Amino acid sequence: MPFELFVALRFLREGRAQTALILAGTTVGVAVIIFLSALITGLQTTLVDLTLSSQAHVVLKRPDRVTRVEPPPGGEAVVARVEKVPEREKSIEQWPAVLAQVRATAGVVAATPTAAGSAFATRGELSRSVALRGLDPLTFDSVVRLDDKMVAGRFHVEGTEAVIGTVLARDLGLEVGDKLRLTTAQDRGDVFTVSGIFDVGNRDVNQRWVLVSLRQAQTLLDLSGGITTIEAKVADVFGAEATARVLGAATGLSADSWMRLNQQLLSGLQAQSSSSAMIQTFVVIAVALGIASVLGVSVIQKRGEIGILKATGTSTGTIKRIFLIQGAIVGLVGSSAGGLIGAGLSAFFAHAVKNPYGDSLFPVALSPGLFLGASAVALATGLASAWWPARHAARLDPATVIRHG
Amino acid sequence: MAEPAAAAAAPAGPVLRLEGLVKDYGGGEARTRALHGVDLAVGRGEFTALIGPSGSGKSTLLNLIGLLDRPTAGRVVLDGQDTGLLDDDGLTRCRGRAVGFVFQFHHLLPEFSALENVMLPMMAARGRQTPDMAECAGALLGQVGLGELLHRRANLLSGGQQQRVAVARALAMAPRVVLADEPTGNLDTRSADALFALLRQVNVRAGVTFLVVTHDPRLAARCDRIVELVDGRVVSDRPNRREGS
Repeated sequence: MPFELFVALRFLREGRAQTALILAGTTVGVAVIIFLSALITGLQTTLVDLTLSSQAHVVLKRPDRVTRVEPPPGGEAVVARVEKVPEREKSIEQWPAVLAQVRATAGVVAATPTAAGSAFATRGELSRSVALRGLDPLTFDSVVRLDDKMVAGRFHVEGTEAVIGTVLARDLGLEVGDKLRLTTAQDRGDVFTVSGIFDVGNRDVNQRWVLVSLRQAQTLLDLSGGITTIEAKVADVFGAEATARVLGAATGLSADSWMRLNQQLLSGLQAQSSSSAMIQTFVVIAVALGIASVLGVSVIQKRGEIGILKATGTSTGTIKRIFLIQGAIVGLVGSSAGGLIGAGLSAFFAHAVKNPYGDSLFPVALSPGLFLGASAVALATGLASAWWPARHAARLDPATVIRHG
Repeated sequence: MAEPAAAAAAPAGPVLRLEGLVKDYGGGEARTRALHGVDLAVGRGEFTALIGPSGSGKSTLLNLIGLLDRPTAGRVVLDGQDTGLLDDDGLTRCRGRAVGFVFQFHHLLPEFSALENVMLPMMAARGRQTPDMAECAGALLGQVGLGELLHRRANLLSGGQQQRVAVARALAMAPRVVLADEPTGNLDTRSADALFALLRQVNVRAGVTFLVVTHDPRLAARCDRIVELVDGRVVSDRPNRREGS
């Protein structure tokens, strides 16, 4: 065993109370970092997953028509109000080519055509305004996964089958196999059979979405084989806005990312991340101060021993390493114990506190990267905190400390 | 007692030579001169007492000889090596190899066993613990009469036993010179006599040079040579005619 490690271990072992204190401080610090990170990451992942469970990462559609205001010759136009041009759903021109272009764009992993518009869903005397969405069953699932959100029936929209949300099903008293009539503003309608009922965890979507086949939607919306939107999934969820800008510029279409459509959520996530980072920073500072103060006291207490080590041929560098090793050991042991406690705490909260649906109220995201990161922070903190006491110890004058203790 | 290897390979001539040694503490008007040009040569195997009143510079001189401090002026030549030419690491290595210390307050590491305390200088020199060190340290402790207490923690030993461990530690690296700063000052008369006898035994059998600071005229009278320091100057340096010598 190296001499420095031998002495460092012995010093730590003999100063049991002090060692226990700094280990406890480091352990609690690392546990807090791991628990907080796992909790915040888990919550954010769940929120983002929930948001994207019913939403494509990027949606491309024809840009809205804008009313042009021509000023009179030689004068100024004072516009009090510009009315939006009423227009029916219009197809994206040359959409197969545009779809192929979107799919070939870097960062896009899948894209699907959809035809969407407003409609009324009627059953008997009950009627609800709904958002009709016609999908290509072969490719839609690769952009938005709904098959695992089905609570009744299955996700199947062939022929005159329709998939609806739980709230609409309850509002209209529908179950799988029941019929409903869909009528669009184009005064076209048809009767559909409910093939499945989904619950995406979003009341609005559960209430308004009616999913049918692309062909049926094209007929009902009078699109004649056209589509209104191309929905894309990207590789980097948080790079969706950048990809949307690229797609918008390349296709000339209006491209909205989920990030732009959910800015409040993103602001909330960023605020959460900032708060978490701030708390973790203060925890690291508190741990560092704890280690530094205890090791500092240890140096003062062991002045005589340090002096005698120097007198018996121990170099200044070795003395410094003895205290740095103590800091590193505290960091490593504290991070291991803190990692276990943090993981245990996370697992406890994830399993013990659940919502009425049985899902965890504290979803946690524990990953090897988190443990490695926390361990690296603890080790660096231990070393950095031990640096000043180590330097102080190395600079002690052996003649003085031996003489005066 | 086994003869230290270093002593066996030692060159001829004085093992320790001090030339015009000056030591000042503080600076400016607060400067105090502790040593005023001390010259001294100590031969191999000599057992020298360094006496003098408190504040005469004995400990300062011992610190300079032990390379724990640097002189303001003058030279310390240890085993033929001008130590003024060495950097801090060189001084540390030279100190670890050539000098052994026995202090009044033994200064053992209380959290280490007697064996480990003796092994410390060896571990510091080699950078790690090796099995032969335990053997060597055990033998040294056996020679100072502590063969049964190898694994007892230092703070559980009596004062006399602790000082014996300190002697064994001082001999661990087979030093040229052992510097003892009032080694019996903290012991009762009986323990002091026993420890002094042990030091003499090491000196005679292994040929190790001893320089012993003492206030005890009884012990000084049992040394080969007595050097008296007063106000930082050597005022007397005389061979001691001992009973039976």
